[in-house]
Amino acid sequence: MACLPGVIFVIDAMRTLRSIRLIVNGEEKVFKVGRGPGQVKPFETLAETLRETLGLTGTKISCDEGACGACTVIMNGKAVPSCMILTVECDGSKITTIEGLGRGPSGLDPLQQAFIEHTAFQCGFCTPGIIMSARALLNRNPNPGEEEIREALSGHLCRCISHYQVIEAVKEAARKERWERSSDS
Amino acid sequence: MGEEFRFIGKKIPRQDALDIVTGRVRFLNDIRLPNMLYGHALRSPYAHALIKKVDKSRALRLKGVKAVLTWEDVPDWKGGSRNTTRILDRKVRFVGDVVALVAAETKRLAIEAARLLKVEYEVLPHVLSPDEAMREGAPLLYDEYPGNILPSGVPQWGGPRSLKSVVMGNVEEGLKEAHAIAEGEFRYEHIPNPIPLESPGAIGLWEEPNRMTIWVSDQAFYKHVEYLRRIVGEEIEIRTFGLPCGGSYGSKSMSWQVQLYAVLLSRATGCPVHFSLTKHEHLATFVLRPSSRIKGKVGMKRDGTVTAISGTWLVDTGYYSQTTQAQVAVGCGEAQLAIRSQNWDLRSLIVCTNRTASGIVRGFGGQELKCSLIPLLCLAMAKLDVDPVDFFKKNFAKPGDGYFWRDGLWYTYRGVDPAPVIEEGARRFGWREKWKGWLRPTSVDGQKRRGVGVGIHGNADVGEDASEAYVRLDWNGTATIFSCLTEHGTGQKTNIARMAAEVLQLSMERMRHAPADSLIGPRERGPGGSRMTYAAGSAVIKAAEDAREKLLILAAPLFGTTPEDLDTKDGMVFQRHKPEKRIPWSSILEGTRTVMGYGRFEPDYSISNCLVTFVEVEVDTETGKVDLLKVFNATNAGRIIDPQSLEGQLNGCLGSAGIDTAIFEETIMDGSTGHILNANLVDYKWRTFLELPEIENVILEIPYPTHRFHAVGVGEIATSPGPLAVWMAVCNAVGQFFYEYPLTPERVLAALKRGGKV
Repeated sequence: MACLPGVIFVIDAMRTLRSIRLIVNGEEKVFKVGRGPGQVKPFETLAETLRETLGLTGTKISCDEGACGACTVIMNGKAVPSCMILTVECDGSKITTIEGLGRGPSGLDPLQQAFIEHTAFQCGFCTPGIIMSARALLNRNPNPGEEEIREALSGHLCRCISHYQVIEAVKEAARKERWERSSDS
Repeated sequence: MGEEFRFIGKKIPRQDALDIVTGRVRFLNDIRLPNMLYGHALRSPYAHALIKKVDKSRALRLKGVKAVLTWEDVPDWKGGSRNTTRILDRKVRFVGDVVALVAAETKRLAIEAARLLKVEYEVLPHVLSPDEAMREGAPLLYDEYPGNILPSGVPQWGGPRSLKSVVMGNVEEGLKEAHAIAEGEFRYEHIPNPIPLESPGAIGLWEEPNRMTIWVSDQAFYKHVEYLRRIVGEEIEIRTFGLPCGGSYGSKSMSWQVQLYAVLLSRATGCPVHFSLTKHEHLATFVLRPSSRIKGKVGMKRDGTVTAISGTWLVDTGYYSQTTQAQVAVGCGEAQLAIRSQNWDLRSLIVCTNRTASGIVRGFGGQELKCSLIPLLCLAMAKLDVDPVDFFKKNFAKPGDGYFWRDGLWYTYRGVDPAPVIEEGARRFGWREKWKGWLRPTSVDGQKRRGVGVGIHGNADVGEDASEAYVRLDWNGTATIFSCLTEHGTGQKTNIARMAAEVLQLSMERMRHAPADSLIGPRERGPGGSRMTYAAGSAVIKAAEDAREKLLILAAPLFGTTPEDLDTKDGMVFQRHKPEKRIPWSSILEGTRTVMGYGRFEPDYSISNCLVTFVEVEVDTETGKVDLLKVFNATNAGRIIDPQSLEGQLNGCLGSAGIDTAIFEETIMDGSTGHILNANLVDYKWRTFLELPEIENVILEIPYPTHRFHAVGVGEIATSPGPLAVWMAVCNAVGQFFYEYPLTPERVLAALKRGGKV
């Protein structure tokens, strides 16, 4: 009966929530809860809603059980595995996906720019998730040490081994952002 | 040497870099076709059983379920190395073998429907180890294979001559010349999984009467056409589209079953069907490394000369073989590349058992063989106090040496002697200071003992198989490459464009790729054996040269000169000695023409790459845990084409069932039922960002003259020398030889206890 609290939550959600509201990449999205087309099913994960309903396929699904980090998005400021969160739990949440990153003339986030320059990827399947975790890290800590970067990315599986180039890219993006911030002020 | 290049060796972003970092790359799971259905399989809970009956009724009653297929509903399509494994069979041969296929409107529904199928089995006795499989009277997996022994050799590779073993000289005489003889048995039998992040999958579309179209995110989509043709027959038209590949490491070079499941479900429903494995299915049912065991005897002289090698290489391929014979053939060739000896009697024996099949993984037989064969040589080195670095320097092939390769033919080595590479790696790593002799730790600090080790691997498949390419020049000063190649992580799609750009002197922005469609591009076998730089690269280079030549022939009358007098750069043609007059391609092609170049690379097995990996480990004698502290890879790339991707490839030694197969990567099977116990990404152990060792890649550029830019590929072999190096380092730290992998805390503690060191 280990799943009982979850079941109760879902039943509860169906009873009390008619619709849910998300802010995805700055845009408001309102979904009806139900089993019809375009509706958010009570058992639907955030990763599924992002990919299937909103077409935001930059968020990848690999293990679908919270062990690999491929589906990481930023929810209310924190990097989370979107395959482990039901969309009905997210009412009122602010969500950023890889498609929501980017600013400035190049349209790229400094992390994305640094990943390109360092070729901080091989097959690229893990890359969006890693970038989202790195983004959440730099948002809360603009000057992370190497150990903090490794800690923040420790939930990401990469079998090509892009790790070393990723660490360098994250360091460089952090440096650039600090420099930009200091020249702004 | 001394040539200046615009693109070769330069730090240039990959052409797909922007799409990767923005999430815009469309992998298989990101594709939506109209009316697409989703497939799922019901799999056997038994390692060996006959299917008596499948009741589909409850599943078919579920709204949204479109088809259920069992062995009775499908054609007699058979795959595997000898075409004896039926796509769906009345008999299931491992836990996870497919019993039935379901197509439904959603994946979730397909999974639910599969659960509603009721199957009656007649459970059969099973064999889960090669020892059980070869026992007299053991149950047979296939009537065709008495004793569960598969025939060796690959018919397509030289017919009956195809390499199955290494037999030459006189082992008895060789043993007499030896100063030391070592005997033993070593096992690399823990069937690790490379686990690309993107699970294997395909979208299949069947169109009556006889056309199948398949979208795959695999490593070698054109080869699928050739492989599937052997299974489904010539009368069926096959077309494949190659999508970006979310990791493969060899494993997704073949996925005929997944592809045909999708096609069969499409044939049954009239809709395109997406069939992808869940991660659990991927780990429990898709291909693993072959299991490898050597029992043998070697003779050695004091100077490290190997006087004889004899033994049996026992390979467990699981429930069937798609490429195991090929891996044995290449492994046998690679053994001769790494170990010079006049006298060999190394025989292979391939056995099938009731477990998930083995298949292609980086190292392709050679890693598995090295991990079990070289430890046997180490026993002899230890008796004679031979330093393994000196041994490898002496024994890796030198130009003029020879070897039997996969087709059973004798090749004379035209490659580069890697001795300077080994020496440079050893120097940078500090080998001479750290090596204290066999079974001696480098240092002891309380309960921590450090040890060092070295491993080697080289592969003459760098020029494996034929490749073809077209390069089309357009009037607007762009070049389009037609190659049946998809990007699988090595950056090779950009790199073939770099090579063509260098020939055509066009900027990378002007280099395009035609869609990866088997109907559009010419024959390309795809990545494998580090062949992209030399084989595929040379085909593209030749196609670019051919196109350039044709362009200059068209341009010559406009200059009133001969084509040889002309050159081209940045979309302009000019005379070499009078570069002031420049005519753009648009004028030469009059805005209406294209120029098409064709290039073909013929197989060349006479050169090899080589990678040496040095490691330092620390063993905790209280807990038995092994920590990998340092990894130094040394190789010769001939000429570096793409420094960043090469660095990444070599760092890849830590992933995809590579170096860590020595200490913690393994697939754990219940030895009585055949169930895989760690088929998820928590229980299958993998290295995280928190436990990265120090890594350094020492890359030399001693030219390979047979490539236009003197380059050779090394990506595939990155994983292969490492496990042996770690094995050696742990042996030295602990003071005991180990006879099986991985070197888990339990095994390390047991060895320490045996040695009286705790």
